[in-house]
Amino acid sequence: MSDHLHNVAGEPVSPDAPQFAVATANPRRLEIVAGLTFFGALLAFLGFGAAFWRNANNEILGGTLGLGFLLFGVAMVIWGKYLTPRGPFSEPRPLMETTQLEHDELVADFASRGRVAFGRRKFLGAMITASGAVFGVVALFPLVRSLGPLPKKTFYSTKWRKGSYVATIDGRRLKATDLVTGTLATVFPEDDLGGAISQTVLIRVQDSGAVTTKPGRESWGPEGFLAFSKVCTHAGCPVGLYEQTTKQLLCPCHQSLFDVTTGATPIFGPAPRPLPQLPLFVDGEGYLRAQGDYDEPVGPGFWERGGTN
Amino acid sequence: MIDGLFTWFDNRLAISRSGRHLLNKIFPDHWSFMIGEIALYSFIVLLATGVFLTLYFVPSGQDVIYHGVYKPLEGQVVSAAFKSTVDLSFAVRGGLLMRQMHHWSANIFIGSIVVHMLRVFFTGAFRRPRELNWLIGTTLMILGIVNGFLGYSIPDDLVSGTGIRIAYSILESIPFVGSYLATLLFGGVFPGDGSIIPRFFILHVLVVPLIILGLLGAHLGMLMKHKHSQFPGNGAREENVVGAPLWPNFFLKTQGFLFLTVAVTTLLGAFVQINPIWLYGPYVPFHVSYAVQPDWYMGWLDGALRVMPSWELHLPGHMIPNVFFPAVLMPGITFNVMMAWPWIEAKFSGDTAEHHLLDRPSHRPVRTAVGAAVLSFYFVLFGASATDVLANYLSISLNTVLLMFRVLCVVVPLIVYPITYFICKEMSQAKGGGRRKSFNVVIRSAEGGYSTVPTEAYAGYARETLEPVSVEEVDLSSILNGAEPTTPAGVYQIPRD
Repeated sequence: MSDHLHNVAGEPVSPDAPQFAVATANPRRLEIVAGLTFFGALLAFLGFGAAFWRNANNEILGGTLGLGFLLFGVAMVIWGKYLTPRGPFSEPRPLMETTQLEHDELVADFASRGRVAFGRRKFLGAMITASGAVFGVVALFPLVRSLGPLPKKTFYSTKWRKGSYVATIDGRRLKATDLVTGTLATVFPEDDLGGAISQTVLIRVQDSGAVTTKPGRESWGPEGFLAFSKVCTHAGCPVGLYEQTTKQLLCPCHQSLFDVTTGATPIFGPAPRPLPQLPLFVDGEGYLRAQGDYDEPVGPGFWERGGTN
Repeated sequence: MIDGLFTWFDNRLAISRSGRHLLNKIFPDHWSFMIGEIALYSFIVLLATGVFLTLYFVPSGQDVIYHGVYKPLEGQVVSAAFKSTVDLSFAVRGGLLMRQMHHWSANIFIGSIVVHMLRVFFTGAFRRPRELNWLIGTTLMILGIVNGFLGYSIPDDLVSGTGIRIAYSILESIPFVGSYLATLLFGGVFPGDGSIIPRFFILHVLVVPLIILGLLGAHLGMLMKHKHSQFPGNGAREENVVGAPLWPNFFLKTQGFLFLTVAVTTLLGAFVQINPIWLYGPYVPFHVSYAVQPDWYMGWLDGALRVMPSWELHLPGHMIPNVFFPAVLMPGITFNVMMAWPWIEAKFSGDTAEHHLLDRPSHRPVRTAVGAAVLSFYFVLFGASATDVLANYLSISLNTVLLMFRVLCVVVPLIVYPITYFICKEMSQAKGGGRRKSFNVVIRSAEGGYSTVPTEAYAGYARETLEPVSVEEVDLSSILNGAEPTTPAGVYQIPRD
């Protein structure tokens, strides 16, 4: 910053120097152009007022307002670019460095004056540090304790229990006869309809007989039914798309593909683990029910989870 | 009258003293310096439209039954946040315009920050003394991305709700503290106790904007202190600034540019629909739709989540989940390397001098090639966030598209680096490269002969004259010994044919 405007060589320029001449050869013409453009902006702004008054639609409101801003801006740029001193000007730029003396003086002031206040006051120093540190630690308590509950074991279970009825979002208990082969339904335990964690996808892969996806799961898929957690093991999206012919589930978020008949094992995409399978049984009245909760945490991984299960 | 008012203030604040310096402040002129201005003016648009939106938006995850102008939603259970967003779009005069302008200017804000950073990077404007401002700028970009995400999340629609779900999983994936962070922020296991919408809201409208505002002040303050960098030529040197004074040239132009930025945002808000949440519907945890893509500035993260192979790290009793690597580690490395770049480069080039004259990208082949290669990597990731759409559009298998992107994000940077490097080498050796072209006047003499005379630049423009600099003497003994001649540091060796 400087007191004067300088030319490029760094010399002050007098007000009659060529740098102060207007930047265009024909200022009169540009003045008219800019003036008319401002007038156009005025009309557009008036149009916006009228449009607002009449409660016009979004296109007319925004169109008039945007046109007004556009003309206003164009006129101002014309004004600033052509009807101003043509320059060029320069100003000196002090480099970002200080002399050794300035540096030493600051350090001396800081140290000498500081010594009066801080020197040989070890007790004071220890106490301010200690009390500040204690505050810093206890300040975290309300933050941690009142923001939300600690995770504890909440990631490890859903609302599925032994004997839970398999229900649709509107609370209807499903019977084995409700789904034809090749179709699927999103189901919940009755006490958690719409639950983000309990959501389960129920698929009928064949007309009858138990479906075994993995050794040890021989009784989990009665009458052609399989149920898997709908929460993707990758990033937690609902695994919502089912391809009937290949018996594959696809997560629409990041395109992980799960093979249903082998226990929803991931066969493509980023998902690292199979979707947990919900063990089912059909009760005497023909209702589909859960044998119990999932035997592993549903959804994406977390630090404490451990292992492959 | 104005003079009287001015005197009144002058007698209380002594404006005259510093005011004259301010009026005379010189701003160098180059189109690339206007990109940062777009970011600044978009932020103003964001504040103005954002205040309007807060007058009507209800930041609550509470379920309500929709009754209102938009008939397809009539009677549906939606959250108060979703309902109020639909209402302010349809039932408030100018509300839709304000909402669309707000969303558009958020995209423009982050976009212009990114392009501005590219300008700063490729011209070397981050070098001493501007390293601190580079840090602040990078932080501003991160905050912009964060606030953009928070902002598009709070209407609680199906697309953004899916994004929040993914964000929860990402938070959960952080080793040691992930599950704690997730349950604390959301108030429990997903979807939590309904506190996420109000919490995102207060972060979005108060906390993050305040930090942005503060850092923006520091960013501009440092710009004033350092004065703007400039390209060499037309008398520009390290120790001066050549350009137009603040008053009236720069003032008029930049104010005009403010209105042009606002105009483009307004016209986009008027004619180009953005985030029509009534078409997406309210967020339901067990619903999801096809082609779920975040706003563009989150695309690279979404793409990284998709191309990441299905690995996770199993430790005894613990694990590091898959999403940690693409969504926490990768951005962490990205932003840290970005922030550390001024020091990384200084380490390799050994150049720690103060610089106010900018580089032409072609004169710094290595930096430019590194920048281009890294940029191409993120471009590929960005493209990868559209795997499903591309597979559908091109009618090829989704698996093929994904595999292709896995290959591309390794191969493309490896190709871009040498190509950029050699283009730079070629360009930097072209005669007259980087100089402003001046017009030639063709004169026909009375005899009929033609001659060309270059026009005078603007009056007062000094021709760039280089002062002779003494050069370290080249050690000739190495040539006599048959070795390559060494070039003293900082001396450009003229290539010999």
